[in-house]
Amino acid sequence: MNLKKFKFDLSNKNKDLIPQVLTVLVLVLVIIYFTINAQTNMGNRGISFGFGFLSQESSFDITFSLIDYDGSHSYARAFLVGLLNTILVSAIGIFFATILGVTIGIARLSPNYLISKAAEWYVEIFRNIPLILQIFFWYFAALRALPLTENSINFYDISFLNVKGWYVPKFVWTNFNLFFYSIIGATISVIFFSKYAKKQRDEFGRQLPVFYISLCLLIGIPLLTFLIGGVSLSFQVPQLEQLSKTVYVYKGGVSIIPELISLALALSMYTATFIAENVRAGILGVNKGQKEAAASIGLTKGQILKLVVMPQALRIIIPPTTNQYLNLTKNSSLAAAIAYPDIVLVFAGTALMQTGRAIEIISITMLTYLSLSLSISVFMNWYNKKMAIKEK
Amino acid sequence: MKSIKTWILVGFASLLLVACGQGGGGAGSKKSKTLENTKKAGFVKCGVSQGLPGFSNADASGNWTGIDVDVCRAVAAAVLGDADKVKYTPLSAKERFTALTSGEIDVLARNTTWTLSRDADIGLTFVGVNFYDGQGFMVRKASGINSVNDFKDGISACTNTGTTTELNMRDFFNSKNIKYEPIAFEKADEVVQAYDAGRCDTYTTDKSGLAAQRTKLSNPDEHKVLPETISKEPLGPVVRQGDSVWEDIVRWSLNTMIEAEEYGVNSSNASSLKESDNPAIKRLVGAEGELGAAFGLDNEWSLRIIEQVGNYGESYKKHIADTGILPNRGPNELWTKGGILYVPPAR
Repeated sequence: MNLKKFKFDLSNKNKDLIPQVLTVLVLVLVIIYFTINAQTNMGNRGISFGFGFLSQESSFDITFSLIDYDGSHSYARAFLVGLLNTILVSAIGIFFATILGVTIGIARLSPNYLISKAAEWYVEIFRNIPLILQIFFWYFAALRALPLTENSINFYDISFLNVKGWYVPKFVWTNFNLFFYSIIGATISVIFFSKYAKKQRDEFGRQLPVFYISLCLLIGIPLLTFLIGGVSLSFQVPQLEQLSKTVYVYKGGVSIIPELISLALALSMYTATFIAENVRAGILGVNKGQKEAAASIGLTKGQILKLVVMPQALRIIIPPTTNQYLNLTKNSSLAAAIAYPDIVLVFAGTALMQTGRAIEIISITMLTYLSLSLSISVFMNWYNKKMAIKEK
Repeated sequence: MKSIKTWILVGFASLLLVACGQGGGGAGSKKSKTLENTKKAGFVKCGVSQGLPGFSNADASGNWTGIDVDVCRAVAAAVLGDADKVKYTPLSAKERFTALTSGEIDVLARNTTWTLSRDADIGLTFVGVNFYDGQGFMVRKASGINSVNDFKDGISACTNTGTTTELNMRDFFNSKNIKYEPIAFEKADEVVQAYDAGRCDTYTTDKSGLAAQRTKLSNPDEHKVLPETISKEPLGPVVRQGDSVWEDIVRWSLNTMIEAEEYGVNSSNASSLKESDNPAIKRLVGAEGELGAAFGLDNEWSLRIIEQVGNYGESYKKHIADTGILPNRGPNELWTKGGILYVPPAR
């Protein structure tokens, strides 16, 4: 063992290390101090600290939940319901914001004056109005515009839209497991097939119709389970029921509550403006010579976009778009204003109020948002790395 | 150079530590720290609602009125000699207790229901009841629902989040075995708007709240409050645990208003009653005994409350009855007149 390595040498690197170590030390001390201070003050005021409340019965109900929940479940379960609702609205928001954003971004570059101006107006209007106002607008505008339950907007007698929500048929599956496994199987076979096709192209220069064959696999294999596997699907159509003279309700189907619809709408319309600008910047950032060079070696228009422009544009688009995804997720906490039961409303709202455990609950909520954001970040960084230039 | 910077940093940090160390003291046992701080600041820090007519509501020029506001005004009159020396902090239902325990406010007078878990668990002390309420339901008159027994599976109910109403609602519908859709908003204004738009079939909260919020609907006459009361909601002022002197001041400021009504002492006749033959009245107007000394206040503290704020009956009439919210006092009538308002004697 080389002891020399451990010698404390002031003249070298260690000299630079001392201030850093001291800074960390002071920081840790400050944190410890505030923790102790909070504990003392809480002790003086008769407030205990602990997470035991999480297993207690929550005794409040939640409008909308992806998992089985009612007031007899624990606070931890209520937390999970809120978390899943946050993830749901964020995922829907990210999905539509991306589609809308890319469309608008490309539309802004359209040579057609009307289309590009319309896209420009869209961006300027929606990114300059505070999000909370847009959420209120969509929510209360929707509530005021939609008809009452008995006069619902009827979509072919299977789906109904009214002030209480959008009622769609419920899927009733038999042998759902088999169907589910077939989808997994189809996905795996698609992955293997694309690898095989790539090998064929790289080694023999043969172009296989990857897209069509993948599509056939994805549709065909699950379809087979219907034909020979005994999988079947039926729909339970929502039925109107009268509760009293003027109170009606739809039962039997799945209800998508207006809070979710308007929140997802507001979030995606707002975030789409920023994504559109990223997309525009990304496409404009690709050198014009690249397209011309690609055209000169005989690539088709679709191939130019797919193989030359997009890979380079994506490198510019992805990092700022990651920020927008994170913003959207965090902005979903405004849900509390319109009664969408997200984690802030359910956990940092009702649960906090019922238990009075402000420090514990707010810490958990902050950590949850942090982990959510970091997960999105990690995924997008991975995707970014995949898309980055690979120096060879 | 770097090491100098470091030492400055360390020095600054330790200064910070020392400074914080002095701020973190606990609550006094004999002396009231809250009372001292209030006198030093020159105003009472009072937490109120974000606008509930009759209880605490700000007018266009920012003047707060209501029976909850009058509790804070009474405390200010007793402690500082001027009922107007109050700083109001509007709080949402979920902020209120944290604001109180963290010291942002010293009195919480925000139509808050007194429950065991709140009193015992989260560092609060309820000092009394200034309004006996109960949870009810509002529906559209045209709906044909005339009683809670007409509710059926699938009914949707709007309410506020972070309140006891959310829990009572569940208890009620569970006991009736009715499946319902709960829609809980953070602010009362949004509940009103959503209910008005038809998002929910019924609006549930404290009956006084229903009566007050009904006035905000686009057509108040098309709605009615169902006769049933599904819960007990004793609303009252709250203080932090651990400062018993301050607790007593707030409690007896409220009690003074109720006791004054019982003995017929009001804002216009209070000072003339110093010569009264009734010792109870004389004690109320500070002409007999040394009651204020127990809290570290002078002897005229109760007289100032009655003169500047009025007795409970005056306060109720001005804010609740004359505004049309609940003209009938119901349980909020003195025990001598068939109600349940009963306070311990001030002696």
